Amino acid sequence: MLKIKDLRVNLEDENKEILKGVDLTVEAGKVHAIMGPNGSGKSTLSYVLSGKEGYEVIDGTVTLNDNDILEMEPEERASAGLFLAFQYPVEIPGVGNMTFLRTAVNAQRKARGEQEISATDFLKQVRERAKSLQIDSEMLKRPVNVGFSGGEKKRNEILQMAMLEPKMCILDETDSGLDVDAMKLVAKGVNSLRGAGRGFLVITHYQRLLDHIKPDVVHIMANGRIVKTGGPELALEVENNGYSEILSEVA
Amino acid sequence: MASFESVEVKEGVDQETVDAVRDVGGAYKYGWETDIEMEYAPKGLNTDIVKLISGKNEEPEWMTEWRIKAFNRWGKIGEPKWSMVNYPEIDFQDQYYYARPKSMVEKPKSLDEVDPKLLATYDKLGIPLKEQMLLAGVEAGNDAEQGERKVAVDAVFDSVSVGTTFQKELKNAGVIFCSISEAIKEHPDLVKKYLGSVVPITDNYYATLNSAVFSDGSFVYIPPGVRCPMELSTYFRINAENTGQFERTLIIADKGSYVSYLEGCTAPKRDTAQLHAAVVEIVVEEDAEVKYSTVQNWFPGDEDGNGGIYNFVTKRADCRGDRSKVMWTQVETGSAVTWKYPSCILRGNESQGEFYSIAITNNHQQADTGTKMVHLGKNSKSRIVSKGISAGFAQNTYRGLVSMHPKAKNSRNYTQCDSLLIGDKCGAHTVPYIEVKNNSSRVEHEATTSKVDDDQLFYCRQRGMDEEEAVALVVNGFCKDVLQALPMEFAMEAQQLVAISLEGSVG
Repeated sequence: MLKIKDLRVNLEDENKEILKGVDLTVEAGKVHAIMGPNGSGKSTLSYVLSGKEGYEVIDGTVTLNDNDILEMEPEERASAGLFLAFQYPVEIPGVGNMTFLRTAVNAQRKARGEQEISATDFLKQVRERAKSLQIDSEMLKRPVNVGFSGGEKKRNEILQMAMLEPKMCILDETDSGLDVDAMKLVAKGVNSLRGAGRGFLVITHYQRLLDHIKPDVVHIMANGRIVKTGGPELALEVENNGYSEILSEVA
Repeated sequence: MASFESVEVKEGVDQETVDAVRDVGGAYKYGWETDIEMEYAPKGLNTDIVKLISGKNEEPEWMTEWRIKAFNRWGKIGEPKWSMVNYPEIDFQDQYYYARPKSMVEKPKSLDEVDPKLLATYDKLGIPLKEQMLLAGVEAGNDAEQGERKVAVDAVFDSVSVGTTFQKELKNAGVIFCSISEAIKEHPDLVKKYLGSVVPITDNYYATLNSAVFSDGSFVYIPPGVRCPMELSTYFRINAENTGQFERTLIIADKGSYVSYLEGCTAPKRDTAQLHAAVVEIVVEEDAEVKYSTVQNWFPGDEDGNGGIYNFVTKRADCRGDRSKVMWTQVETGSAVTWKYPSCILRGNESQGEFYSIAITNNHQQADTGTKMVHLGKNSKSRIVSKGISAGFAQNTYRGLVSMHPKAKNSRNYTQCDSLLIGDKCGAHTVPYIEVKNNSSRVEHEATTSKVDDDQLFYCRQRGMDEEEAVALVVNGFCKDVLQALPMEFAMEAQQLVAISLEGSVG
């Protein structure tokens, strides 16, 4: 699904290397988690993968189903099936949540040469998927993320993910700012999308999200590299011993 | 879930925007020209030209005299220089002041007799001159209110009114909707009573010029207690080259009546600037209500600022009666230079004035626009919502006056004035004038300036929208308060225009 090879990335304008050779492969149907201390380059990785400006790729390749995505515009990556659930979802005043969703769904469909979704089908799908995330019709009408609580914003991201049906989902610290109940809801939403050949990359500081979204593989990232890879037990190790022990171990 | 369904309608509208952008694929879409034989008055302006225009319209003597009075006044005053717009000096003698298609010399008796070329022009512009139902909604299954709706159209081509639809049906309701040249002949008492009573011939340079040379325009009279059975609209098209368009619109809403009026405008692409100086007068009597909506899409000039329309317009509503109400909504996307301040004189007690405006300037466009709310009556209320969007090298100024006179006790005004900048070479300016001459009135003014945020664009693009689609979505969101104030058909057109006007403003 997603293959990252020796990815090296500088912050544009500053000659500062943030990613120093990342190698990672996420197979279809698998959930990979990336954990790591602050400043390890986790969020940068998610931005570079989704095509945000301000980063310069100096070396390495990234392919999604064997297509080079580094050459693509952000919207082309999206239509190719890459989805990023933002750590800080952006507010768009005056644009209704439904409008936004439908514009996005149809933009991707058009880019892929598919028919636009009919109003009735769209409405049916949104209602169904919103319901399982406990998003009510009021929230669907409100402008995108404006005045949403932390939990609402994150649930909204998962709703977008559910509607766009991406192949590769990147979740950037989706657990930040969530209480336990909200986290369970979000996890439930994510879990319902698991399988069906869909890959997940879950970026998080803490093990607690991984109690609810059980990963197949756990990576530890530090200082712009993946320093250790293991099974779900690696997350527990972080939880119990902190990062410093693991880092000193690999150093 | 009823409210949920109503959201759906707007969903469709937004999709329309996006489709329109794709279909049009570039810039100004009304820039073509109709090849038609025209009859011109000689170039330049003098008493003879004024008399000639009056003669062409077969006007009675009092009207000719009125025009000459205005012309003489015009010679004595100068152009207003206080606005934040720059343009080369206009040579008023190097213009045609009258142009009409030859086929209109013998005025057609009905729309069936109108030159097919003219009908084709309006058809191409998407203006229905056949008396057919307009399908307002885009989606099937809209609720009844959004379903079939009639809109009567007065089509003005260069200097003449080509025809007005639904006249019979309107007549049955007692409504008079015709060209102003016709009204001068058929309803002289009404015209005499009201023409110039809101915007006097001495008002300002361009209004005075208009009073001297206006060639046509629309006339509306809604009798007491009548709710106009359909929306009325005038569609202005400038086609001829080097020709100024000077139309005059007079709307009278008698006691307890209601009308919603729409105005649209386009012109062909040319590399020389053209002058447009219109006057709109609205009289609102006791308990009457008028909604006046404009989508102004005159040719804005090319990317380098060549050509385009100079749009110097005086629009004013006089809320004469108690509890009278007027609402101006304007979407200004076209014109090279815009100088326009639709205003409300709130004379009646408890009268209300509202002004909703979107002004979009791109490339080298300049707009100096806003409103005046003059509170004279007790407990009068006004509300101003202005959204200015600048891109490219454009300059966009909001200029507004809120004036509370000594007798306008307990009056209130609320002004919200937001500017959005796209890029770093454009400008947004806000010039509010506030005068309060009593101590029981309240005036509130809120203003913001923001830029289209890179994070917003990236968020939209990550979800699959391309950059222009993303900008259109964000800007439409910024304008939402105003777009909502427009009638349905216009809201759709306006959303499309917002997207089209900003093409090429990013990336």
